[in-house]
Amino acid sequence: MSDPLLEVTDLVKTYAVSGGGFRSKGGLVRAVDGVSLTIERGETLGLVGESGCGKSTLGRAILRLEDPDRGTIRFDGQDITNLSTKEMRPLRAKMQLIFQDPFSSLDPRTTVGGSIAEGLRVQGLDPDQRAKRVNEMLELVGLESYHARRFPHEFSGGQRQRVGIARALAVNPSFLVLDEPVSALDVSIQSQILNLLKDLQVELGLTMLFIAHNLGVVEHLCDRISVMYLGRIAETSSRNDLFDSCVHPYTQALMSAIPVLDPTRRKDRVILEGDVPSPLNPPSGCRFHPRCPVANTTSCVSEQPPLVSVGSAHEAACHVRAPKEADWGRVRT
Amino acid sequence: MTDTSVSTDSTQRRDQQEPILNVTGLKTYFFTRAGEVRAVDGVDLSLKPGEIVGLVGESGSGKSVTSMSILQLVSDPGKIVAGEVMFDGQRLDKMSKRQMRNIRGDRISMIFQQPNASLNPVFRAGEQIAEVYAAHTALKKAVRNERAVEMLEKVGIPDPASRAKAYPHELSGGMAQRVMIAMALASKPDVLIADEPTTALDVTIQAQILDLMVSMRDELGTAILLITHDLGVVAETADRVAVMYAGQIVEESPTNELFADPQHPYTQGLIGSIPMPGERRERLTVIPGRVPNLVDMPPGCRFAPRCEARIAHNLTKCTEVEPDLLQISPGRKVRCWLFEEPDPTADGAS
Repeated sequence: MSDPLLEVTDLVKTYAVSGGGFRSKGGLVRAVDGVSLTIERGETLGLVGESGCGKSTLGRAILRLEDPDRGTIRFDGQDITNLSTKEMRPLRAKMQLIFQDPFSSLDPRTTVGGSIAEGLRVQGLDPDQRAKRVNEMLELVGLESYHARRFPHEFSGGQRQRVGIARALAVNPSFLVLDEPVSALDVSIQSQILNLLKDLQVELGLTMLFIAHNLGVVEHLCDRISVMYLGRIAETSSRNDLFDSCVHPYTQALMSAIPVLDPTRRKDRVILEGDVPSPLNPPSGCRFHPRCPVANTTSCVSEQPPLVSVGSAHEAACHVRAPKEADWGRVRT
Repeated sequence: MTDTSVSTDSTQRRDQQEPILNVTGLKTYFFTRAGEVRAVDGVDLSLKPGEIVGLVGESGSGKSVTSMSILQLVSDPGKIVAGEVMFDGQRLDKMSKRQMRNIRGDRISMIFQQPNASLNPVFRAGEQIAEVYAAHTALKKAVRNERAVEMLEKVGIPDPASRAKAYPHELSGGMAQRVMIAMALASKPDVLIADEPTTALDVTIQAQILDLMVSMRDELGTAILLITHDLGVVAETADRVAVMYAGQIVEESPTNELFADPQHPYTQGLIGSIPMPGERRERLTVIPGRVPNLVDMPPGCRFAPRCEARIAHNLTKCTEVEPDLLQISPGRKVRCWLFEEPDPTADGAS
């Protein structure tokens, strides 16, 4: 049974960059390079990757805050890829974004209540209705109604993030993009926000795209997880499959690079060599091959691996671990 | 990673050694218009040769101010108001600025969170490392440059001779942090203070840098004070951990024991609040409330307003009297009234 709320097909987003020097020519950064994904109604998809892998660009392109170069975005059955700003406006209330930095994403000169009410004003609610809704939202995210009259600087980071969540949810969206919503917070506050998001997810039946660099955080909230590397999806699977039986060598390295809270487990780690290559000049073939511990075929160097199904709802793009036609029981060891 | 048998040997040897760095009763206050900010309020900390001690805490817990105080780098409106910093038999807090300058960057060096911001943008990487030798040795220029390239090689930079000619903006974050480590270790210091060295880096690069720090410790015997907010980083690298909360150390323990069996309610909450992959907990532990205002500290235990254990054990003392750092077993200390020996003269009400 498939009832996708969001379908992204073959999305490409490039940026022109200047060369930096006076004479050198600029180039094209392919921030998102052919990404396809679907999110079912009520589902939360996690998007994980290191800095510069294109995860935030993808999130913004899906919301049409960036204009994609190629590919299609279908939201709620409607192709929104080429809608004009005006045509997008009625859809904006249905798709909301929560930002990473709760310090810069709120207007310092507007009260918190004013920030939350702004989207409602655009929707045409009268002041009484707006005030009522603001109070509801503050209560929903664990704040008090008197907080509405306060300014952002009077709040701590965790509280500001609650305000950001209240603002996004005020207009009753059906789809939420969360871009690193807890990365700027201290761990004890981070867990408060993660628990809140989990409650809201259940309570409101939200469909979410959760972007983060921290696999632990993603696992806590997501039904399925996509791992991105240099603009492409390396692996997508259900959260249990990803942690129990990930296939892609990059996913494995990413997983083993996370420091565990158990000092007795220090030794079993795969440490990747080298840096993430520049997206301005990505490696040929599989973009991971220069750092890959298992790259051994010539196609690794020459050919981009396609995403291949390696199990139920589990896809990976790897010539070695996910060859196109393979007996999965044998290859996956 | 490091060979465990080697590190156990060296751990045993270390136990008999005198600390190279010993901080006692350190208090650093900031005198601001809003009031007296007690950023560090009575910290005792020691570091033995070759030991990695993790100093963990959330923002505002005073971990960075502790390290700045050790290096005598606290500037206005901050002031070290009490305490002693002993380094290799000398009182750092009694030294002149000139004496301190000779020690910093030579016998005690440091690395910071933002490697690109800590390097001088107008000098090549190699020159900046060679400068350490210029400041602290009498080596000739050609030898200094040669040594700089050797250091770059040691910290795992590929093609070190050509990388030595690179400017900081040409280096990635991970590379820049390697250059910082090369610079910090060029003088073979006794102590390295690393303040959030991997916080700005991606996890795969963080793993490389932590690995490098441990192997450099094994090779050079440098003691490392690793300051971080990330308990995972500490679990991976430190021999001993001190957990800070609101300007004080609330728990100190060998790393294995801390993670196997955390004692202080704050440490327990902190460990429980971190989502780890593969764990699949439905709900994370939450520490209610937030860090107290350092200007207006709660009376009694600083963690008391957020402490659920206090309520569960029905302790009233917590909000009235400040607990001491109590020794609960060899090498383990906890600042919590739950661990107070029952007082035979008391009537048992508390």
